[in-house]
Amino acid sequence: MSGPNTNYDPVEVSALDPEVIAANVRDALAAIASAGTLEELKDARASHAGDKSPLALANREIGALPPTAKAEAGKRVGQARGQVGAALKTRQGELEAERDERILTEEAVDVTTATTLRRPVGGRHPVEMMQQLMVDLMVGMGWEVAEGPEVEAEWFVFDALNFDEDHPARQMQDTFYLDPADRGLVMRTHTSPVQARAMLERGVPLYIVAPGKAYRTDELDATHLPVFHQLEGLAVDKGITMAHLKGTLDHLAAQLFGEGITTRLRPNYFPFTEPSAEMDLRCFVCRGEDANCRTCGGTGWIEWGGCGMVNENVLRACGVDPAEYTGFAFGMGVERALMFRTGASDMREMIEGDVRFDAQFGLEV
Amino acid sequence: MRVPIEWLREYVEVPAGATGLQVAADLVKVGFEEEAVHGGGITGPLVIGRVLTKQPEPQKNGKVINWCTVDVADAGGTGEPQGIVCGAHNFDVGDTVVVALPGAVLPGGFAIGARKTYGHLSAGMICAADELGLPDDGSGGIILLPQRLGVPADELTPGDDALPLLGLDRETVEVNVTPDRGYCFAIRGLAREYGHSTGAEFTDPVDALSAAAPAAGDGGHPVRIEDPQGLRGRVGCDRYVARVVRGIDPKAPVPAWLSTYVTEAGMRSISLPVDITNYVMLGLGQPLHAFDLATLGGEIVVRRAREGERLTTLDGVERSLFPEDLLITDGGERPVAIAGVMGGAETEVSESTTDVLIEAAHFDPVSIARCARRHKLGSEASKRFERGVDPQIAAAAAQLAVDLLVRYGGGAADGGVTDVDTTTAPAAITFDPQQPTRLVGVSYDDDAVAETLTEVGCRVERAEGLWQVTPPPWRPDLTTGPDLVEEVARLRGYEQIPSILPRPLAGRGLTPPQRHRRTVANALALAGLTEIISLPFVSDETHDKLGYAAEDHRRTTVRLSNPLSDELPLIRTSVLSTMFDSLKRNVARGFKDVALFEVGLVVAGTAGRAPTEKVGVHPSDEVLAAIRAAVPAQPRHVAWVATGDSERKGWWGAGRGADWSDAIAAALQIGRVLGVELGVQQSQVEPFHPGRCADIVLPDGTVIGAAGELHPKVVAAFALPPRTVGGELDLDNLSAFADRAVRAATIATFPQAHSDVALVVDADVPAGAVEAALRAGAGEHLESLALFDVYVGDQVGLGKKSLAYRLYFRSSERTLTTQEVNAARDAAVAAVDAAVGATLRGA
Repeated sequence: MSGPNTNYDPVEVSALDPEVIAANVRDALAAIASAGTLEELKDARASHAGDKSPLALANREIGALPPTAKAEAGKRVGQARGQVGAALKTRQGELEAERDERILTEEAVDVTTATTLRRPVGGRHPVEMMQQLMVDLMVGMGWEVAEGPEVEAEWFVFDALNFDEDHPARQMQDTFYLDPADRGLVMRTHTSPVQARAMLERGVPLYIVAPGKAYRTDELDATHLPVFHQLEGLAVDKGITMAHLKGTLDHLAAQLFGEGITTRLRPNYFPFTEPSAEMDLRCFVCRGEDANCRTCGGTGWIEWGGCGMVNENVLRACGVDPAEYTGFAFGMGVERALMFRTGASDMREMIEGDVRFDAQFGLEV
Repeated sequence: MRVPIEWLREYVEVPAGATGLQVAADLVKVGFEEEAVHGGGITGPLVIGRVLTKQPEPQKNGKVINWCTVDVADAGGTGEPQGIVCGAHNFDVGDTVVVALPGAVLPGGFAIGARKTYGHLSAGMICAADELGLPDDGSGGIILLPQRLGVPADELTPGDDALPLLGLDRETVEVNVTPDRGYCFAIRGLAREYGHSTGAEFTDPVDALSAAAPAAGDGGHPVRIEDPQGLRGRVGCDRYVARVVRGIDPKAPVPAWLSTYVTEAGMRSISLPVDITNYVMLGLGQPLHAFDLATLGGEIVVRRAREGERLTTLDGVERSLFPEDLLITDGGERPVAIAGVMGGAETEVSESTTDVLIEAAHFDPVSIARCARRHKLGSEASKRFERGVDPQIAAAAAQLAVDLLVRYGGGAADGGVTDVDTTTAPAAITFDPQQPTRLVGVSYDDDAVAETLTEVGCRVERAEGLWQVTPPPWRPDLTTGPDLVEEVARLRGYEQIPSILPRPLAGRGLTPPQRHRRTVANALALAGLTEIISLPFVSDETHDKLGYAAEDHRRTTVRLSNPLSDELPLIRTSVLSTMFDSLKRNVARGFKDVALFEVGLVVAGTAGRAPTEKVGVHPSDEVLAAIRAAVPAQPRHVAWVATGDSERKGWWGAGRGADWSDAIAAALQIGRVLGVELGVQQSQVEPFHPGRCADIVLPDGTVIGAAGELHPKVVAAFALPPRTVGGELDLDNLSAFADRAVRAATIATFPQAHSDVALVVDADVPAGAVEAALRAGAGEHLESLALFDVYVGDQVGLGKKSLAYRLYFRSSERTLTTQEVNAARDAAVAAVDAAVGATLRGA
């Protein structure tokens, strides 16, 4: 604009008139209050607080005043601008809050549409998970996991385990023989050959479980699979007794099927153990308290597997001195354990590969 | 083995009211698993009736029914004769019959009520034997009580309960006998065990019979045993008792008690001589054979078969005999029976037989077992012989048979008795009386041990330190200390065994391969694949369908000699090869988007011939090595297969079909979760599409598997959905490579820089080669690179393609300058040009 006014007349500088300033402030506040959007507020800011606004112009005039008048006019204009600035800030905050709220409201979605998954959900096979659970319980007690081949030498499957070639028990195993039948190879009928391999390879003392597939010439039906899973346990150490066998089975049963589920040993015969026992599981449905229970047929007990003290001939065949060491062994079906734990009732579902069978369980059983 | 409780009662004291279930429970305690309880299945009024009137009434359907009135005294509730409709005709007015009155329930849950039929109200049923679950007695239908029971009609009072008269209140317990307990395939053995279980007094029926049996002497039928070689060092026959009964009435009926016992025990009632031999076998455990004496010419010679000999057995089958078969021969020449397995047809007892030779022999278990197996001919006799028959009861058993033939057949026994006996007494076991305590974990004192073993039938000679224990002749299974320990534990009760957790050595946890397997399976599951367990059986045809060439090593596997299905006789060499059925099953059940995986063993390589070693013997190192070497390698594979969408379409937009790249991505993901950067190489391997197949390689260059789209011919051959993809890796190989501790690198925090290059190369240059050259040329600061565009078309010209990469650079020491990044990029481009020939696109 112009340089300092040397010929001043304060009365002529009307922009600094108190009433004019007050009017400017009133106009500014009214415009700010009536701004309904951030855009309108932006316009109000330009009109009433911008470089060309009356108050800004008034501010410039202060310099032209005589020193005596400068202070008062400066104070007056400063207060006025401060008042307008504060109102702008407040209104800015209000309008931004309104805008934010509106945007969040507008951005709302129907979250219940997200229940349709874009990627298929996979799953682990429950038999594998059951086997893993059983293995983990044993590993937690300090046992190790041993494994072996499924196509196996007859010596490991039978002779090492005291199944004499002419003993009826050998015929009762429903064995898949490999062609030609005299080549001495079979599909293992149980995971017990791993016992023999482990004793030979690791020596004793030994605490191992052998999980895996076993093969029998059983036709497929609701309770039989030609290929099924077994968990075999073997402990060989000094001073091992049937009481340790019972303790281990009781622990496993309680962990798998619930506290208070114990086992019962009942005399039986297996070539690889002597004494031998069948292990029964306390019925986890009725716990022996329902004479009409359909799960156990009212007996209170369910057959679980075979077990016993390792036959001295097995120890000898595997290079272990039975005078020094004793051992126990047990074997149980994983599919059967899964049926007990989950109520699955048809084994065929376990090999059909229907994705719905796995999907029920996720990665746990 | 079926145990009629009434028969059991003859040898051991069974409490009067004992039910089948109670007896079964008592037998379970000593090791006999319950299979079933039979009988006791009829309830309600089943009474004696006398037929008063019988009016035949022809029906429209051509049948003639009889409208009868039957006197049942007060049993009908009215005191009046009951009107009953009956369809059978083998009875007459005045006959004494069995009547099921309303309220009765017959076998199979068949409830009897008063009902309207053929125009009459029939108040019950006149019963035939089969309707009551009884064997026929020759009446041909309706039971005629006096004839069946052998009592005069006037001793039978109408209205009286008929259940006990017919033995229908009787129960039979069926138990499973383990193969070590041959003596329990007889009531005698199970009665002894029942006594062990309950403490009930057992009376050995053999004692009295042995006392009654005449000593062997002159005049018996001549018998000779010729088996100098034996089998496994044992003679095939070490006892042969022959007794002769002459003048038997061939028409003599089988007494009802005998046919009832035999039937209840699960065998068919056939004729008096046959039923008697079966009765003795079931009762005492000694299989007998009855020869028609008239068909035998000379002395009986027991010998092994000769090459080319044949025999028609009594089941009518002509059999070629094996040189190892033990035979009964007539005069040493003509075979008349396969010893202990089955008799010959020519010499069997027939409807005209009057003179019978009873054979009670003891045959070697191994000889019989092998023979029955060779001929696939298991019989009641062979089952017992191969499990062990008491060699000391032959004379008693023959005596019982002779007694019964004389009594019921009207025959006379020859005075002469033959008994060739070379049996030896069971060997004594040197036994440590502390062994039961040491093995079982229950403290048994010496007296308890001795008492239990004596109860079992052992002779116990106690001494300081080791004892001498001689098992009874019916327990050939007792040969070692632990066998005796089981007897002690069993009879004292397994329930006494306490529950104590052992304290194993500190374990090493899972092995790396065991952990890796879990990680891989979990990763695939989380990536959307579902784990399956398929049956690992395949065939040559499977391999044909997979497109394997004739010399493909994956055709090398083992063959089952007795497969479940002749169509699938081989064990798989690829996990993928057995997964297609499950894929198709899911699709057929309506799931179009399916991704499956499986982890399992496969056969990889040839199988040898495994030697063996006798039980209880530690094989030599050489033998063990040969046994191990015969077993083919069986690596663990992981395989996957997918069809349909890998990302679904939905409200969010389009989906994406699973393609060859998903199959390869699965392989890379498997490597990643084990910390291994797997490589991908263009490949052509069955069963994949030759242009859409990758070898999966370890960083050291080893190929460990393949993935891609399946060959269209494979898809067609297995009837899979089009464009099915899959892959397979050798997990053992991968696991071995991954089995090392990762060295952690310092994570650089200086800024990342990037630079893009579009390279025009010949169309047949694999992206993998370009990428390898970029990595080699870009220098130490290259952090990573990504292929973000592939272009083929006019802008790059025919036979060319453009690959656009973004290269990411970072230094661990400083911020890189633009000049440094550009220099590294230029070097990378130059490296590609040098390796495969490339120009910058647009340059």
